[in-house]
Amino acid sequence: MSLLKYESQQREPLVDGDKNYHQVTEDIIRPIEMKPSRLWYIGFGISVALLLFGVYSVYREVTYGIGQWNLNKTIGWGWDITNFVWWVGIGHAGTLISAILLLFRQGWRTGVNRAAEAMTIFAVMCAGQFPIWHMGRVWMAFFVLPYPNSRGPLWVNFNSPLLWDVFAISTYFTVSLLFWYSGLLPDLATVRDRAKTKFRKMFYGVASFGWTGSTKHWQRHESLSLVLAGLSTPLVLSVHTIVSFDFATSIVPGWHTTIFPPYFVAGAIFSGFAMVQTLMIVVRKVLNLQDYITVGHIEAMNKVIVLTGSIVGCAYLTELFIAWYGQNPYEWYAFKENRANLFSPYGWSYWLMMFCNVVSPQLFWSRKLRRNITVTFFMSIIVNIGMWFERFVIIVTSVYRDYLPSSWSTYYSPTIWEIGFYLGTFGLFFTCFFLFAKYFPVIAVAEIKAILKTSGENYKVKMTDQEKMDAEKFFIEEVEHAH
Amino acid sequence: MAGGIKKFVVGSFDDEKVLFPAVKNVRKAGYKIHDVYTPFPVHGLDHAMGIRETSLHTAGFIYAITGTTTALTFMSWVFTKDWPLNIGGKPNFALPAWIPITFELTVLFSAVGMVLTFCYLCNLAPFVKKHHFHPRATDDLFVMVIECTDKTNDAEVQSFLQTAGAQEINVQEAETGWWIGRYHKEQKLYKEEKGY
Repeated sequence: MSLLKYESQQREPLVDGDKNYHQVTEDIIRPIEMKPSRLWYIGFGISVALLLFGVYSVYREVTYGIGQWNLNKTIGWGWDITNFVWWVGIGHAGTLISAILLLFRQGWRTGVNRAAEAMTIFAVMCAGQFPIWHMGRVWMAFFVLPYPNSRGPLWVNFNSPLLWDVFAISTYFTVSLLFWYSGLLPDLATVRDRAKTKFRKMFYGVASFGWTGSTKHWQRHESLSLVLAGLSTPLVLSVHTIVSFDFATSIVPGWHTTIFPPYFVAGAIFSGFAMVQTLMIVVRKVLNLQDYITVGHIEAMNKVIVLTGSIVGCAYLTELFIAWYGQNPYEWYAFKENRANLFSPYGWSYWLMMFCNVVSPQLFWSRKLRRNITVTFFMSIIVNIGMWFERFVIIVTSVYRDYLPSSWSTYYSPTIWEIGFYLGTFGLFFTCFFLFAKYFPVIAVAEIKAILKTSGENYKVKMTDQEKMDAEKFFIEEVEHAH
Repeated sequence: MAGGIKKFVVGSFDDEKVLFPAVKNVRKAGYKIHDVYTPFPVHGLDHAMGIRETSLHTAGFIYAITGTTTALTFMSWVFTKDWPLNIGGKPNFALPAWIPITFELTVLFSAVGMVLTFCYLCNLAPFVKKHHFHPRATDDLFVMVIECTDKTNDAEVQSFLQTAGAQEINVQEAETGWWIGRYHKEQKLYKEEKGY
């Protein structure tokens, strides 16, 4: 049956080496069963330290108030909302890989989807911290939920983009978590059935929900994955669209732009893929998974990076053109003086963003550079820096010199506690990711097995022989036999 | 669905190319396949076993429209009946502004509902104990389980599986509670299928 699914020899194999089903299980599950390396402990230790610094920064912010940050009356949104948008954007690549590429039937997603989905969940967790702690009186955070209360009941404002964000981010987190975990169940069952130690038997026994691999369960599982992918696809587009509405529905020059939704979504996927590259290049090396996350996978992701980077670049130029063409003096001032003028107080950040997001990814038009792991790794970091500055440019340069010159403010720079909070979310993200890489299969074992016989290297070699086979003989041997 | 000890003949296959004809032959011979446990979704196996299509996606649709109606009804009730607010003189029934939340709740209801239904139908939950017929069913073996009745001669079934290409064959007894599935109602007899 499976042999009837023929894949062209022109396509690179997705799984390198001479593998069979058992070998796939061995390769991917083994790191879970081994003691973590010293490198893991060092990385985990640094992450936890960062997390603790973040916790202390937040503690100061809660105790002494939002004044611990260097925000002022003009710049009410600084690093924190920049970080929020940045983290949400990073999350988007995971959903793109797991949902949109599933609908497009892209086989290469199987190598990276599990880790990318985990990345999504951790990134959204980090993102959520910023608006919550930015509230100042965080113990009142539940006011954003529409619950019957003793104040009337006075409901939340359903017409406000900030409330849409509450719904969008929480839905996005919930759906991503369900999608990720339902996909993990079969793989956790694989770990459970191999477990030797008592702890592992118990932990994975509970975590795998008693999965057996029954045909009917698989049939439902497939249907569930497909529908969840179908739901996640518009969801992921809606989430960043709504995040962009936070700006676009205001009347602040530089924010009041209809191009924001598509431009934000493209930017989100762009930065998300860069983060996936950063993580996967390290993971494949440390966990010895080069056969599953091949150079072909990295190249495919670089293609997405060059595409979305160019979309973002196109959006920057369109925005600039429309600001001039629209002939609104305030709008044009925001773009010409606050951003494009290199010698204005924050002009450097605009050109840094332009360089990192638009110019540097153009290297990936070259196949040789797309397939170079060192170049990819550095590029992924450059892109993430660039995308952080994109949000910084949008937020800070739009508000620091607005309509009223008497309230202009150019002295915004973050305090150590503002920076500490950002570092703390890095700590949270990497602490979660290190735990994930240690205790969960970082590659979807079952999904790799499902594509092994069409896209595995050794099976593709066998297929070459079959290609040479006489058609009639092939039919008798393969098709008749299979039915 | 009362529990009780039942006897099963278990045969494991290591190649799906052998499994498919085996499933067909076993069903043709009139044996009842309790289930086939596989390490990954083998496409077409459900059809080969005569299992009907799942209607989980229909459930997903119903949950989705529940979400849509919940969001729309609630927001219009709040803003037109319970506490109408004058926001810049704009209409209280501000449908376009409610689209984002309506959409989010549609997705949320559908996803949560479907996953819960999936877990309910497949009896998946933490701390659920099930009988696992072969530990390698989640690794590299395709495990066919045939249910024995009083009349079944299990030695005969075993030799039948042997000729069908099974690698490892044994007889197991397992409790037939709700947790090992209820496929006796699912599966059609081979004779009832089209083109027999």
